[in-house]
Amino acid sequence: MTPTETVSLKLPQLELEAAFRQKARLALMYKLPPERVLWHREHESKADLFAQNSTDLSRSGNSADESTIRVPKTYLELMNAVLCHSDPERFHLLYEALWRLQDDRHLLQNRSSHLITRLETMAKSVRRDCHKMTAFVRFREITDTASESQHSTSPRVFYAWFEPDHWIIERTAPFFANRFGDMNWLIETPKGCARFQEGALSYSNGVEQPVLPEDETSQLWNTYFLNIFNPARLKVKAMQSEMPKKYWRNLPETALIPEMIAKAQNRSEKMQKDAATHPPVRAERIRAMIQQREDAELAIAREQITAGGLAALKHQASSCTRCPLHCNATQTVFGEGPSDAGLMLVGEQPGDHEDLSGRPFVGPAGRLLNDVMGEIGMDRDEIYLTNAVKHFKFAPKGKRRIHKNPGRTEVSHCKWWLEAERAIVKPKGIVALGGIAALALTGRGDAIWKRRGSVERLGDGTPVLITIHPSAILRLAGAESQAARQHLRADLLLAKTLLSGPADEQDLRTGT
Amino acid sequence: MKQKTLNQKLAILSDAAKYDASCASSGTTKRNSRNGSGLGSTTGSGICHAYAPDGRCISLLKILMTNFCIFDCVYCVNRASSNVERARFTVEEVIWLTLEFYRRNYIEGLFLSSGIIRSSDYTMEQMVEIARKLRVEHQFRGYIHLKTIPDASPKLLEDAGLYADRLSINVELPTDASVSRLAPEKKPPQIRKAMADVRLQIEENADATHTGRRKPKFAPAGQSTQMIIGADASSDGDILNSSTRLYSSYKLKRVYYSGFSPIPDASNTLPLIKPPLIREHRLYQADWLLRFYDFQVDDIIQPEKDGMLDLDIDPKLAWALANRALFPVNINTADKHSLMRIPGFGSKTVGRILMARKHKSLRYDDMLRLGAIMSKAKPFVTLVDWTPGGLIDAANLRARFAPPPEQLVLL
Repeated sequence: MTPTETVSLKLPQLELEAAFRQKARLALMYKLPPERVLWHREHESKADLFAQNSTDLSRSGNSADESTIRVPKTYLELMNAVLCHSDPERFHLLYEALWRLQDDRHLLQNRSSHLITRLETMAKSVRRDCHKMTAFVRFREITDTASESQHSTSPRVFYAWFEPDHWIIERTAPFFANRFGDMNWLIETPKGCARFQEGALSYSNGVEQPVLPEDETSQLWNTYFLNIFNPARLKVKAMQSEMPKKYWRNLPETALIPEMIAKAQNRSEKMQKDAATHPPVRAERIRAMIQQREDAELAIAREQITAGGLAALKHQASSCTRCPLHCNATQTVFGEGPSDAGLMLVGEQPGDHEDLSGRPFVGPAGRLLNDVMGEIGMDRDEIYLTNAVKHFKFAPKGKRRIHKNPGRTEVSHCKWWLEAERAIVKPKGIVALGGIAALALTGRGDAIWKRRGSVERLGDGTPVLITIHPSAILRLAGAESQAARQHLRADLLLAKTLLSGPADEQDLRTGT
Repeated sequence: MKQKTLNQKLAILSDAAKYDASCASSGTTKRNSRNGSGLGSTTGSGICHAYAPDGRCISLLKILMTNFCIFDCVYCVNRASSNVERARFTVEEVIWLTLEFYRRNYIEGLFLSSGIIRSSDYTMEQMVEIARKLRVEHQFRGYIHLKTIPDASPKLLEDAGLYADRLSINVELPTDASVSRLAPEKKPPQIRKAMADVRLQIEENADATHTGRRKPKFAPAGQSTQMIIGADASSDGDILNSSTRLYSSYKLKRVYYSGFSPIPDASNTLPLIKPPLIREHRLYQADWLLRFYDFQVDDIIQPEKDGMLDLDIDPKLAWALANRALFPVNINTADKHSLMRIPGFGSKTVGRILMARKHKSLRYDDMLRLGAIMSKAKPFVTLVDWTPGGLIDAANLRARFAPPPEQLVLL
């Protein structure tokens, strides 16, 4: 080998990637510049001129150290895709990139390089071809039914003919192996074939199109294709850009397309012109049945309401439209707890979780409240828990809902329900958690941090202990948060002791 | 009555299913059947196996279990008072079609919906049974999308989410008032409640159990919904506000907009229109801006347009034209938020710009290579070798983008 001699390197039809890697590595080791290497692959070019005088590099020359050859991972990805391309120049271009990468590590990031742009375009074309192959391969069943009766457990056999633009069979076949693992199948193309038999995947050279067997199920597929189409939304261009005509030959359903397009406008116009018909007799029967069901539901609701009590109230509140908040919220979150509870805890409004689940105090603030109550031995099941406002008020922000303070009007509309709950439960004492609860109960929602820990009295004499809302603790950080938690704990403890005292009336008054 | 053949049933029940826009099969867990123990795979991204001349992708076998329905929604082809031909698949027929279509690589899986027969629970039970048999008896690992029925029992919904990749419940119309008027048997609060339940269940199953074991995934491809566009008087603003609320409340993967399209044997209370395809397209664009480009509904909907989007130009361009004071933006110094708001820039392009400008100051030609649509962007940006000059303030700027007015002809 003289320094100017051209070296020709031969690549196989199958397992191209491994062969190219090996030969390219050798060529680099021999420091062969791209212009001195001629690449050719068997069967790819019709006139296989170089097949006879391929150079065997391993036999000659002074090689560099193999361990010095390094490429970025992105090169391998690019190489794997480009190798599948049908352009015979690809080997040369890939080797040139490899050659230049040895001096310029960032070559692949250089989007203004003509070489890289060309390789990227080729890779993109290959990827698209692969994707279209996974989409447009159509299997036909060729199971030998005569032998099937003897071996009913043997896999069913399917066949597909496909015509890809590029040499993608080895790149795409694993997709089909992953998907159709319990079948035996054969995909033939002019550019290589893949066979999957009893779980083993193997490849062979490309073939000419055989005579294809019929598959009855394709008739059903045609029926589906015909009927899923909406003639009022004709968009032929959109269809063709995604399903280019070059693929149509091997997609049986596309034979229907011309007629579907031709008839579309008439079908669409006919729907618009046709006069409305009389409903079928059945419709009247159905209407009566639905009416009956709705009446029955109403009767149950009426019963509940006349029975009175919390259940009735909750039922009524579930369809509350006293303020516009119901439009955006999921549901009314009504209070819960025993109807004869001694203590009533009133919060502000349901949050994200309460709105979804329909129960008060189940979100982060609710969990914190549970923890604090647990620490002081307060039993949640013995308390009536509710909110001043029964619907979640929020502003959507991207994927989240941001809590918004309820306004004075919303609080006063919703007070109707709070008063009704109070009238039924008749608690001996109430704890107002935060400003909105205080506002709803006492008419004043200001200066909560000053008022907290004190007991105020409602018009009917019911004592209300003012404290902070657990969510205030969540909004604070560090020592401030800890201090706030201590406040809440102390206030709840006070409520507990006051209530359990023998003469609560007396004790509660001293709290002011 | 003569028994219908499978082919006849398929014709009726796919025709009845075409008004559901969704055909997505992406975003679920990755599965395969390489070891031969079952059938099917999912790779994370969906595949469109065919396209109909309406330009829509055919990815799933989208059928109704039955088009008999006791509901009488005015806009619907399957409403009780319609005279369309009715049919009903058996559980086994749906399973057979799904598996045989799948084996031939026609589809990614099944999108099963249904008219409501007898009761919601009865209908839902049959649908869940189909999904269960596919998964358990046939070891089917392809994609399953189940349309759920809002007032079916919670236990059925729970089972549905264990077998299906995606669940969906259609809100149908943008406002509760429209639903009550056009779909009298549907109850919007019930629909919202069902969506809330799905979200809670997805989140609950995402958490590990107390023992640290993973729970089975619930509807791994999430939930979606659909709104019909143009059947009621709702404005685009109403529609987008409704979507925003749905996305934020129930963590929907998608809200689909389906232009109201002519149906056979239509009701005379709801006149048929040409489907508002451009409006539908603009809504999808706006929806994208809300979800991925940090826009708010108030940015997109301009008050002087009666809450409607501009049909002639895309919503981002419309916003930029209405807010020219914020432009031109210097590509080499602007923050991500401002770059995302430039017409002709997608999120990919913005990502590339942020990378590229670390190494060099960007010029006009660089922008083309980075994927920006400069024909749209150029009045709104400055680069090393480009300033729009007076272009940004030109009175005819909108006219440069809008399609030319249609010429009138003599009668």
